[in-house]
Amino acid sequence: MSEITLVEAVRLALARAMEEDETVLLLGEDIGIDGGVFRATDGLIERFGERRVMDTPLSESLFAGLAVGLGAQGFRPVVEYQFMGFIYPAIDQVVNHAGRLRNRTRGRLTCPMVIRAPYGGGIHAPEHHSESMEALFAHIPGIRVVIPSSPAHAYGLLLAAIRDPDPVVFLEPKRIYRAPKEEIADDGVATPLDQCFTVREGRDVTLITWGAMIIETLAAAETLAAEGVEAEVIDVATLKPLDMATILSSVERTGRCAIIHEAPLSGGVGAEIAAGLANRGLVNLLAPVGRVAGYDTVMPLPRLEIYYMPTQERILRTVRRVLAYA
Amino acid sequence: MTQVASFTIEHTRYLDLRGRPTQPLPAFAENRDVLIALYKAMVLTRTFDAKAVSLQRTGRLGTYASSLGQEAVPVGVAAAMRAEDVFLPSFREQGGQMLRGVRMVEILLYWGGDERGSDFTGPREDFPICVPVGTHAPHAVGVAHAFQLRGEARVAVCVFGDGATSRGDVYEAMNLAGVQRLPVVFVVNNNQWAISVPRARQTAAETLAQKAVAAGIPGIQVDGNDVIAVRQVVGTAIEQARAGEGPTLVEALTYRLSDHTTADDASRYRDDAEVSARWKEEPITRLRQHLSDGGQWTKTDEETLIGDCSAQVEAAASEYLATPPLPTTSMLDHLYATLPAALAEQRAEVEEATEP
Repeated sequence: MSEITLVEAVRLALARAMEEDETVLLLGEDIGIDGGVFRATDGLIERFGERRVMDTPLSESLFAGLAVGLGAQGFRPVVEYQFMGFIYPAIDQVVNHAGRLRNRTRGRLTCPMVIRAPYGGGIHAPEHHSESMEALFAHIPGIRVVIPSSPAHAYGLLLAAIRDPDPVVFLEPKRIYRAPKEEIADDGVATPLDQCFTVREGRDVTLITWGAMIIETLAAAETLAAEGVEAEVIDVATLKPLDMATILSSVERTGRCAIIHEAPLSGGVGAEIAAGLANRGLVNLLAPVGRVAGYDTVMPLPRLEIYYMPTQERILRTVRRVLAYA
Repeated sequence: MTQVASFTIEHTRYLDLRGRPTQPLPAFAENRDVLIALYKAMVLTRTFDAKAVSLQRTGRLGTYASSLGQEAVPVGVAAAMRAEDVFLPSFREQGGQMLRGVRMVEILLYWGGDERGSDFTGPREDFPICVPVGTHAPHAVGVAHAFQLRGEARVAVCVFGDGATSRGDVYEAMNLAGVQRLPVVFVVNNNQWAISVPRARQTAAETLAQKAVAAGIPGIQVDGNDVIAVRQVVGTAIEQARAGEGPTLVEALTYRLSDHTTADDASRYRDDAEVSARWKEEPITRLRQHLSDGGQWTKTDEETLIGDCSAQVEAAASEYLATPPLPTTSMLDHLYATLPAALAEQRAEVEEATEP
C-alpha cells in the first residue's frame, strides 16, 4: 500500500469501477490520450479503450444530455467537466432531466450518472477556473452533491457515486488534488453517501466544513487544542441530501458551532446548515452560529485570491467569537 | 478562389394536394392495408386531439398541445420505426406515441397532471414527452451511443420543432452523432410557428434541413403533410442508421392549424386567412382522396372509422376520468431509488397534511 494523492485516488476509483462494471463509461474533453487536464483519467484509455473512455467534442451541454440517454439505456456514464466554470451549460440537463427522469417516469427510466468537476480556488488559476458553486447544485431535487476532502474519501465516495442508481454531482477540491497524500487500499470498498463524517472529536465547539477547507479547519482545531479548546470537526461530504442528524447530534454536545466554506456566504450550503440548527437545535446552542465563507463577490483573479479564501486566521477569529459568547 | 464545399437539399413528395401521385409510389404504398393503417392512425390522432382539447375546455385536462394538421409527421415517423427502436418525442407527437403503443389514457394522464402517464405500459424504453425545447436531442444521441456500444441494430428517433433548430443542443447533438456515426435520426416537425415566432424569424437559413450540413450529416426535406413521403424518407434514414451508415436530419414541412397549446390564442399574431389557406394542404384529406381515387375507401369505410375512433377515444377518456388519484407521497417516493433519510421528515409531513 503506497501513499497517493486525491487525484490519483479519483483515477484509482474510476479504474476500479470500470474493472468491476462494464457499463461504466467515461466521457469528457481531453480525457483520452491526454488523460484529462488534471490527469485524473491518465492511462485509462490505454487500459479500457476508446469505447469506454470517450473524448467528446467541446459541447458542455451535450455531454450531460448524452449521459442522460446512456443512463436511461442502462449504462453508468461518468462525465468529466474540466473546471466548474464550464459546468453551467449542464445545469439545464441536470435540473430538467437527470434529476427528474426517475420521478417523471415513476422509475421506468433512470439516470445513474456521475458528473465530475474540479472546483474551488487557491491554485492561482485563470478566470472562471476557481469558483465554488456547489450550492447551485445542492438546490436541485433528485440528485446528490458529493465533495471529498481527502484521497481516501475521494476513492470511497467516487465508487459509491458511480454505483449509486441516481445522478451524482461529484466536485473535486483541486487545491488538494496533489497534497496531502494518504495510504489507500484499492479494495473496492465504497464510503457511504448521505452522511457526514466526524474527522476530529471534541467537546467545546463544532466546526463544519467540506472540500479543501478541511485543511484550514483542522489546522484551526490544532491551534485551539494547544489553547485547551477541543474542537469537533465535521466533513459534510454529501451536501445533498444533507445529514443534519450528525450535525445536530454534535452541536447537542458542544453547544457551539461555526460553518466554514469557500463558496460565497449568501445562499451557500452553510446557510441551510445554520437554518437546520436554528430550526431543530436552537435549545442546544449556547452562541449564535458562526460562518466563515467566501465573500459575496466574483472570485477575484489570482492577485486578490488569498484575501477571498477563508484562512486559518479568519476561522479562528470567528470561532473565538463563538466561544466567547456567554 | 476555389470552391471547397457545396450542398443541395432535396425535397420529396409523393402525393399532390389532391392526393394524386406526383411520381411512382414507394413499394409499401402499393399495399392497401399499409396505407389504410396510416390513414386510421392519423384520423385517430385527430379524434384524440379534439377530445383532449374539449376535456381541457371543460376543465378536466390541463394545458394541451394539439397536433391538428401535423398528424402525418408523428404517424409517418412511428410507422417507419421498429418496435425495438427508441422514440424521443417533443410534446406534439401523440400520434406517433399511440402508434408505438403508448395508451391514450396515459397521454391524457400526463396532460391531466399525473406522472403515471409517462410510465408507459407499451414502449418501455421510449422517452417521455420533452417540454424544454430541443433538450432531448442529446438524449437521443446517448441512446444511439448505447446501441452502438452494445452492437445492437436499433435506432433512436428524435422529433423536435422548427424552434428547436435554433438551439445549441440540437446542433451539438447532430454534431456528435456525425462524428460517431451514431444510429440516430432527427426529425424537424417544421409547423412554421414557434408559438408566435414564424419560421422566417427563426433563422435566415433557407431550409432547416441544411442545419445538418455544418454537422457533416445528410439533411433532407420532405412534405410533412404527405404521410407516404414522411414514412418513406424517414424509413430510409432509419434503415441507413441501422446499417451503420450514420445519422440524418429530416425536415418535415407541415403547418400548425391549431393554437400552440390550449393556453395560446394564435389570433393575436397570425392571420386567419393564412390558416384557412393551409387547411387545403392538411394530410388527412389528401390521403383519403388518394384512397378514394383508387377505389380503396368508401363513405361507409369512413363512417365506420369515425365511429371506431370516437369509441376508442371516449373509452380512453372515461378510463382517464375514472383513474384513482395519485398517492400524495408519490411526489417523494420516486425521486431517488431509495428515499434518503434527510427526506423522511418531509414525506411524513406530506402524508400527515393529506391524510383523509
